[in-house]
Parts: sequence; C-alpha cells; structure tokens
Amino acid sequence: MEYILIIISAIFVNNILLSQFMGICPFLGVSNKLSTAVGMSGAVCFVITLATLVTYLFQYYVLVPLGIEFMQTIAFILIIAALVQMVEIVLKKVSPALYQALGIFLPLITTNCAVLGVALMVVTNEFSYGGEPHMLNLGESVVFAFATSLGFGLAMILFAGLREQIALNKVPKVFKGIPIALVTASILAMAFMGFSGLV
Amino acid sequence: MGKFQLITKGLVKENPTFVLLLGMCPTLATTTSAINGMSMGLATLFVLVLSNMAISATAPYIPDKVRIPAYIVIIAAFVTILQFIMQAFTPDIYKTLGLFIPLIVVNCIVLGRAEAFANKNSVVDSACDGIGIGLGFTIALTILGLVRELLGSGSAFGYKFIDGDGILVFVLAPGAFMALAYLIVLFKKLTAKKDE
Repeated sequence: MEYILIIISAIFVNNILLSQFMGICPFLGVSNKLSTAVGMSGAVCFVITLATLVTYLFQYYVLVPLGIEFMQTIAFILIIAALVQMVEIVLKKVSPALYQALGIFLPLITTNCAVLGVALMVVTNEFSYGGEPHMLNLGESVVFAFATSLGFGLAMILFAGLREQIALNKVPKVFKGIPIALVTASILAMAFMGFSGLV
Repeated sequence: MGKFQLITKGLVKENPTFVLLLGMCPTLATTTSAINGMSMGLATLFVLVLSNMAISATAPYIPDKVRIPAYIVIIAAFVTILQFIMQAFTPDIYKTLGLFIPLIVVNCIVLGRAEAFANKNSVVDSACDGIGIGLGFTIALTILGLVRELLGSGSAFGYKFIDGDGILVFVLAPGAFMALAYLIVLFKKLTAKKDE
C-alpha cells in the first residue's frame, strides 16, 4: 500500500518538474520535439534510479559510519558524474541501439539538478505517507526515485507535445521561444495542482 | 574591457536570468518572497566569485581532458563551505532554501562562467565577472521574488501593507512560471528600446 502511495505522490502530487522545480533546464531546453523529449526522459529515468541506489548505499555504508556526512554534496556529485560515464561506456558495448537513442543526452544529465536533488532528498528528508514521518529505506528509496523519474517523463512528454502545437501558431514577437513556453508550463502546473491533496 | 564594464555587463546585457536563461531551477523554486530570492542570489554570488577565482588560478595546471570534473569538485568544495557558514550564521534561511543550497553545485551559471570566462582570464578579472553575473542573478531573483510576494501575499520584504490574502497562486508553482514569463517579456521590451 505504501509503495502505491509513494508512486502516486511522486508522479502526480509532488511532480519533480512542475511542483519542485528540479530539472527545469532540460525541461525548457530539449522539449522542442516529442522524440527528443522521449529520449531525454528515458535517459533520466535510467540514471536517477541507478544514482539514487548507489548514493543511498554510499551514504549509509561509507559516510555515516565514518561520520563525514558533510562530504555528501561532493561525494554525490562525483558518484553521479562517474556513474553517467560508466553507463555511457557500458551502453555503447552492450546495446548500441539504446546508446544511439540515449547517447547524446547522457553527458547532459550530470548537471541535471533532478538527479542530485532526488539523491539528496532521500537521505535528508523525512517522508510521511499517511503514517508517521520517517526516512525511506532502500526499497522505498529506489521506488521513490523511479516514480519521480516517471513523473519527470510524464511532464516532459506532455510539455513537448504542447510545444509542438504552439510552434505552428502565431505568437507575439516578444513571447517567441522561452516566454510562451513558460506560460504553457504555468498552465500545465495549474492542471497538476488539481492532484494536490490526493495523497 | 575595464573592470567596471566586467561588473556591469552581468547586470543588463548578459543578465543570467532574463537574457541567458540559465539557472532556472533555483530561480523558480526559491523566489516565493523577495527575501528568499535575495538570499538565494547572494548564496550563488558567494560560490560564483570564489569558484571563478579558484578556477582561474588553477586552470593552467589542470589537464584539458579532466577539466569539467575538476571544476565540479572545486565548486562542490565551495558549496560545502557555504553550507557550513549558513548553518552557523543563518540557520533559518538555510532551512527555507533547503535542498537548493547543495544544488548550487549543478547550477549551470557557475559551471558556465568557469568554462566560458574564468579558465582563460586573470584572477582579478574572473572575480569581477563573478561579482557582475552574481549581482545580475541576485537582482533578477529579488525582482521575481518581490513581484510574486506582492501579488501573492500583498507584502514586500515581509512588510504587509495590503489586508487579506492576495492571489495565492503566485506563491505556488504555476505563479512562478507565469511571473517569470512576463518579466522576461518586459525585460526584452525595455532593452530592445534602448538599442534603437
């Protein structure tokens, strides 16, 4: 039951893009075309889940026993950077087709704040789903990370579809590009607000 | 380019928020009030100036191939220092800004300035560039925070002068996107007139 609540909450209620504002750079940057948005979402999904798993283990088996939790930021960003490099190399060898699809997005992900954001969130914040507020355990963390990245993908793909339609319409000159995209995102965020109170 | 111009170009011509459109995550997330926006801007300014100086000083010794990871480590070190300082002296602001303080590490403005300016200019010039861009970011965040606070809760810098609640949606997520969109449009209009 709690896993279902985590999933619904992470995808709809606390959508990482539209209510937490993490990962806005790729959200605005690569959402011009639906196909690139799908590719980016796939790559982000993969990296967020993997990065959260590794950083969670690193936090509780290395940083906490040694008493150096303040090294969190430096350690996590290095782990994420290394992980992205590794995923790139492994993918190139194991599945060239998938590498072709995700390849160009992977280097961009290191500086996507959603990845570091989720990794830090699960080890610093307490979550409450109906019951007592508590730190997430390993299984919950991974499910939370995966659901969050699904939420990222959902918002990204919806937004790219909207932007493809807007590109065909007449837009006042000063609104061209980013401003009209932001207005669209605002309306999309308003729609997602309808989910608040669900969990 | 003089030192003074290095500082002023970050304010209008190369304003990181309204012109370059960088660092959007903290811009949208932390500007629920003018004070919050300003604190976030100043925190970024601190990291930006110090990391610009450190990167400019060490750039000749860093091999080209590993420069990006090296820059990230330098930036992360300064962010950790900032976290300590804020925890000690401004614990309330540290708590409000929360996750977005460690997330300065992945702010594109900081890494962007390291790559585009600091690694090929002198330490003093890099510091000036950091101050300029940082101030531009701080001013932009303060304006955005002020607009959202005025419309959303009828107050400015915490001083309430309109009774009642205001338009609550401007403090929430959709208002952030909307306010930023209209501020960018306004900025474009104003600067376009200056050029003519």
